[in-house]
Amino acid sequence: MMASSYNAKEEDGQLSGAGGSGGVGAAKSKKPDNTAFKQQRLPAWQPILTAGTVLPAFFVIGLVFIPIGIGLFVTSNNIKEFEIDYTGIDPARPCYNCSQTLTWNSTKSCVCKVPFTLEQSFESEVFMYYGLSNFYQNHRRYVKSRDDSQLNGDATRLTSPSKECEPYRTSDGKPIAPCGAIANSLFNDTLTLYYINPNGTESLVPLQKKGIAWWTDKNVKFRNPGGNNLNNITAVFHGTSKPVNWQKAVYELDTDPENNGFINEDFIVWMRTAALPTFRKLYRLIEKKNNMIPTLQRGNYTLEITYNYPVRRFDGRKRMILSTISWMGGKNPFLGIAYITVGSVCFFLGVVLLIVHHKYGNRNNSAEIPN
Amino acid sequence: MDCSLLRSLINRYCAGEENWVDSRTIYIGHREPPSGTDAYIPQRYPDNRIVSSKYTFWNFVPKNLFEQFRRIANFYFLIIFLVQLIIDTPTSPVTSGLPLFFVITVTAVKQGYEDWLRHKADNAVNQCPVHIIQHGKVVRKQSRKLRVGDIVLVKEDETFPCDLIFLSSSREDGTCFVTTASLDGESSHKTYFAVQDTKAFHTEQEVDTINATIECEQPQSDLYKFVGRINIYQGQDEPIARPLGSENLLLRGATLKNTEHIFAVVIYTGMETKMALNYQSKSQKRSAVEKSMNTYLIVYLCILISKAVINTAMKYVWQSDPNRDEPFYNQKTDSERQRNTLLKVITDFLAFMVLFNYIIPVSMYVTVEMQKFLGSYFITWDDDMFDSELGEGAVVNTSDLNEELGQIEYVFTDKTGTLTENSMEFIECCVDGHVYVPDAICNGQILTGTVGMDMIDSSPGAGGQEREELFFRALCLCHTVQVKEEESVDGIKKGLQPCGKSSSVYISSSPDEVALVEGMKRLGFTYLRLKDNHMEILNRDDDIERFELMEVLTFDSVRRRMSVIVKSSTGEYYLFCKGADSSIFPRVIKGKVDQVRARVEHNAVEGLRTLCVAYKTLAQDEYESVCKQLNTAKLALNDRDKKLAEAFDVIERDLILLGATAVEDRLQDKAADTIESLHKAGMKVWVLTGDKMETAAATCYACRLFHRNTQILELTTKRTEEQSLHDALFDLSKTVLRHCGSLTRDTLSGLSHDVPDYGLIIDGATLSSVMKPTEEGSSGNYKEIFLEICRNCSAVLCCRMAPLQKAQIVKMIKTSKEHPITLAIGDGANDVSMILEAHVGIGIMGKEGRQAARNSDYAIPKFKHLKKMLLVHGHYYYIRISELVQYFFYKNVCFIFPQFLYQFFCGFSQQPLYDTAYLTLYNISFTSLPILLYSLIEQHVNMDILKRDPSLYRDIAKNSLLRWRIFIYWTLLGLFDAVVFFFGAYFLFDNTSFTSNGQMFGNWTFGTLVFTVMVFTVTLKLALDTQYWTWINHFVIWGSLLFYVVFSLLWGGIIWPFLNYQRMYYVFMQMLSSGPAWLGIILLITISLIPDLLKKVICRQLWPTSAERIQNALKQSKKDNVSEISPLSNRKTSKSKSSEHRIPQPTSDK
Repeated sequence: MMASSYNAKEEDGQLSGAGGSGGVGAAKSKKPDNTAFKQQRLPAWQPILTAGTVLPAFFVIGLVFIPIGIGLFVTSNNIKEFEIDYTGIDPARPCYNCSQTLTWNSTKSCVCKVPFTLEQSFESEVFMYYGLSNFYQNHRRYVKSRDDSQLNGDATRLTSPSKECEPYRTSDGKPIAPCGAIANSLFNDTLTLYYINPNGTESLVPLQKKGIAWWTDKNVKFRNPGGNNLNNITAVFHGTSKPVNWQKAVYELDTDPENNGFINEDFIVWMRTAALPTFRKLYRLIEKKNNMIPTLQRGNYTLEITYNYPVRRFDGRKRMILSTISWMGGKNPFLGIAYITVGSVCFFLGVVLLIVHHKYGNRNNSAEIPN
Repeated sequence: MDCSLLRSLINRYCAGEENWVDSRTIYIGHREPPSGTDAYIPQRYPDNRIVSSKYTFWNFVPKNLFEQFRRIANFYFLIIFLVQLIIDTPTSPVTSGLPLFFVITVTAVKQGYEDWLRHKADNAVNQCPVHIIQHGKVVRKQSRKLRVGDIVLVKEDETFPCDLIFLSSSREDGTCFVTTASLDGESSHKTYFAVQDTKAFHTEQEVDTINATIECEQPQSDLYKFVGRINIYQGQDEPIARPLGSENLLLRGATLKNTEHIFAVVIYTGMETKMALNYQSKSQKRSAVEKSMNTYLIVYLCILISKAVINTAMKYVWQSDPNRDEPFYNQKTDSERQRNTLLKVITDFLAFMVLFNYIIPVSMYVTVEMQKFLGSYFITWDDDMFDSELGEGAVVNTSDLNEELGQIEYVFTDKTGTLTENSMEFIECCVDGHVYVPDAICNGQILTGTVGMDMIDSSPGAGGQEREELFFRALCLCHTVQVKEEESVDGIKKGLQPCGKSSSVYISSSPDEVALVEGMKRLGFTYLRLKDNHMEILNRDDDIERFELMEVLTFDSVRRRMSVIVKSSTGEYYLFCKGADSSIFPRVIKGKVDQVRARVEHNAVEGLRTLCVAYKTLAQDEYESVCKQLNTAKLALNDRDKKLAEAFDVIERDLILLGATAVEDRLQDKAADTIESLHKAGMKVWVLTGDKMETAAATCYACRLFHRNTQILELTTKRTEEQSLHDALFDLSKTVLRHCGSLTRDTLSGLSHDVPDYGLIIDGATLSSVMKPTEEGSSGNYKEIFLEICRNCSAVLCCRMAPLQKAQIVKMIKTSKEHPITLAIGDGANDVSMILEAHVGIGIMGKEGRQAARNSDYAIPKFKHLKKMLLVHGHYYYIRISELVQYFFYKNVCFIFPQFLYQFFCGFSQQPLYDTAYLTLYNISFTSLPILLYSLIEQHVNMDILKRDPSLYRDIAKNSLLRWRIFIYWTLLGLFDAVVFFFGAYFLFDNTSFTSNGQMFGNWTFGTLVFTVMVFTVTLKLALDTQYWTWINHFVIWGSLLFYVVFSLLWGGIIWPFLNYQRMYYVFMQMLSSGPAWLGIILLITISLIPDLLKKVICRQLWPTSAERIQNALKQSKKDNVSEISPLSNRKTSKSKSSEHRIPQPTSDK
């Protein structure tokens, strides 16, 4: 629509623009139409940005932004967030041994337990994230190393993945499904959370693994070959090879057929490459069961990690984050502070302009309309 | 064209040195001359094929592509495209290939079509039949098969197929009439003459028996110059040699008129004809804005390269750690690992270049060209510049210079036909001091001027009577006027009513002559016609007097006079000479010189064009010697002009002064007003004219170039005779500088009226000595002093200028150290050189043909239209295009700098921040239409105010909107905005979720957020700059934003089957579903816009430009006038209405 009309014009311009003289001459010897457009006399609104007119805008911005900012700031502060680094760089940390022994192609998994204490109870629904640092998911070689058609269930791409997936395209002469560096490096630590009852017994905090991926990704963008609800998913992936770093094949990610293969939500979440080298990804949801009991009580917890994912070599860090969410998402004081700052600056500028306007305002109007 | 030229060159040079001769010999009808005559070197001539097309079917594609990629911009984009094809680059080659392909294809199709038209036209010309004489018979032949030496028969209204020497005509007197409208634009009929000795050959058979050779110069491009000689062999006698001049040469492209048929011999063919040699491509003029733009481009290219270099270097520093270079999760392929390091560095550098190349967008060139092309329509459409008399409006020949119209510092104008109407009216004549004024009543009544004049007696005696009649006869005879007969009137109109509506019209290339002959008619002497070489005059007694026209010593601008030699019926020879006073008086030995001179000077001061008339009688032997002199001069093959001039000089001597005439050339409508406006706008106006000083000065006073209080400085031959040029120059510069030194401050403030301003008058001779390099090399010095004087004069009048001198002056000013922008305006062929030389050439569609208009960049019907052209259109276009250029750079800094910053966070891996579709469409559709529209219709000040207050033009003088300061401001603003976009999004994304369902966003959402903020900011920034909001602006600006949103929804809305990635799927919708994203977008847009808004407001408040003052004042007055609360739009219209009332439209006559 708009683009096409633009192109038509562009063509027009090109046609005679380069030639210059050609088209214009044709219009001569005719009296020009006396239309407002051709005479450049279209009726127009001619706003002038003077201190006087801009002043109110600044005050309005100030008056609107400061309350919004305060609101955002308060909201952000009310969000409870708990973060724990379980990488195990420090020898004193529980996962030190795991981190030292692990290499990316080791097959044996290592389990470690990290105890922590929540000072406050998390009242509403809690979101559990894992976070990685210094992990360049936005590296170009990495970002493009995937085959969206394969992930969308394209049968031909299943057997012959895109060239972009190199060097994770084939293994042992068989095509890799899912191919590419992103899929290959799927985050495979398993995090389990235990609440330590005051009596010393551990009780498993139920983690829900559905609803962590975008609905559209799960239902449209990612599809198993041959449809999502196949029971013999193993057969579908016959003739393909698992990604080299994976311990199990893609059809073994979960027992639930709704969450297996390409539509496994952990996998989908991982496939959405992060914007920055320090990022977090949604891992599990902890639903509020009962209105009376907080989702996570204050007290001691143990995080049990099946330590599979090596980050030490590139100075990476692994974190587990528990957070509640408000309407504005997770804890982020930036927006509130920025709003308050901008609002105050605008208000201040408004005052400055007011002074300028009053002090120098009459100076300009002394100019007369020439005639 | 190239080929044939090349071929002839090769032929000439390969044939050896001695074969290269500067004349050619042609055997008429290919008939060998009798043996024994000189052996001529045979030469090869090209055939008569005209090739104006550039391409053939076979070479079109390669040649056209080559031509197009010679443009530096196209070449740059081609390189980028090739780089994208060859190496693994972050963005798809489509992103730059598609726009480039589009631009190239459209241009190629257009050029191909034009060339096809040219081919068709060439073929039509080359195959059109011509009649040639072979063995005494008329044979039809295709035009392209004509050979040099063929004899051609041309019939009435046919166009000459090549350059011909006129042998004979169907008219008894051996003349023919020709219009050269397609050559030089003059539509009047010109008379050409057959060779005297062959004009009797009337039939094919007779013509075929001509045995003659023609020697002539090799083809050259001057249309009005030709030198040749014809040798006619009759039996075994010595050949008769006759001179051939341009009056015998019929040019290709001219058309035969009023003559049944002619015979002529081919001398120049094909690409050697004068018409073909005049196919000169005009040199491309480039505007100051374009030059600034190119400088900025270079700056941006440097920025681009340094960005790429920085990132490449950083990349290798960062990658020195192998765990970063190749972590376990992101392994390289084997081929990547094995690649040579140097190759890798180069590849990386190129990849960065490709990633950032959008900073110099293809679309800028397209947009600028479109702006210029479409914008020029407003000039052609302008009703105010439409002349109902002429039925034409302004014509734009090059749209490249629209904005240059707003930058003019010097205006060079021609006087006659430009400042003045060039419709001459005979006012009076003065014979021996008696003044005769033809009055309006038809009857040629004589009035003697009495008022305020020292007349000796009012009734001239018998001798006086005789002199008076001689004077009238002289004026009736001494001219080159033609009589155009409506039908073949032969003796029917006996002139019974001498002033009745006669059926004949006088035509001449000089309107002065027509005015004189018509004036004579009113005084009782009517020139009837030239018949059989006899000029017929109807005298007061209704008798026809016949004079045989012996010789015409034609007018030229160096000699500034012309003469005729006639033989009266009584057998006396008379030489009548008429010319400028300065060229007549020194040659006069008798006559009432003083009285006439007094009258001439009086008239000159009145602004009338004066001519003096003198005569002498020649005895038979004198006449014969004159004839001989002329003939020898005319026969000369080399230096003919010089020899002719010498001969003329000898002949036009010892004259007896008869009297003088005065012709008025009325000032053009509103010329004074226009000049005054140009002055107020800070332009220096120079009048360059061939006229005499007094006349020109009078015109200058009349059109208020000089005011009463202007102190006139003269630098004329008169003065340099008394004083050496050196002293004169130094005196003047002292006078000027003394005043200016003390008043610099006032003049700087621009509006000092009480300062005596200076006007300089200089004449051609002095000027050439100023410019002439002297042996001591002090000419540079003179030139400098002269320029210094000129700089301090508000008006300069250069009189007595030869056409080439006009161009020299323009060039001198153009290349002086400030490099001011010059404009030349003129109407005649003599102004073409200066029109071509100046930065902007404006042609007036005048009476002296269309040559000036055709060679100009812009043609306007009247001088007064210059005011609107410069003050309104020039101003607007300059403002518009400077915003366009700056804005384009700004928005691309905003676009690319976040990408640059992003590299620091993605391991310098050339990961693009935005999706391919966004990269491609950002410049093509999301942000292009608003700025294009802005650059077409923005008006910061109403056009009536611009016209009313010319001083507003000073606001934009000296390319003020494209200074480095402003360019840097825009660039910094772009950088600031880019930083805000990027880090705003960065902190927003900082390790947290911002959806209410806790889900995370990826890198594409990050890019989309930045991109959305950017599109909105950049568009709203333009909205803030827009001061003229028509409904189209609203439509386009809000439409563009809406289009962006709709496009993004659509682009992310479905799985696109043809794409091999689906990275944008639902990204935009997911982003919009998040509250903080909305808040963030609003916040970032606000932050980005505030500094610019603040700067605008503060600058307007504290340091307003004059345009802004006027806006403020208007607003104030509006507030005062309309105290009732009314919608803003209403107030606007009422305001514009009222201003329209105040200013009557210049051309309200319909």
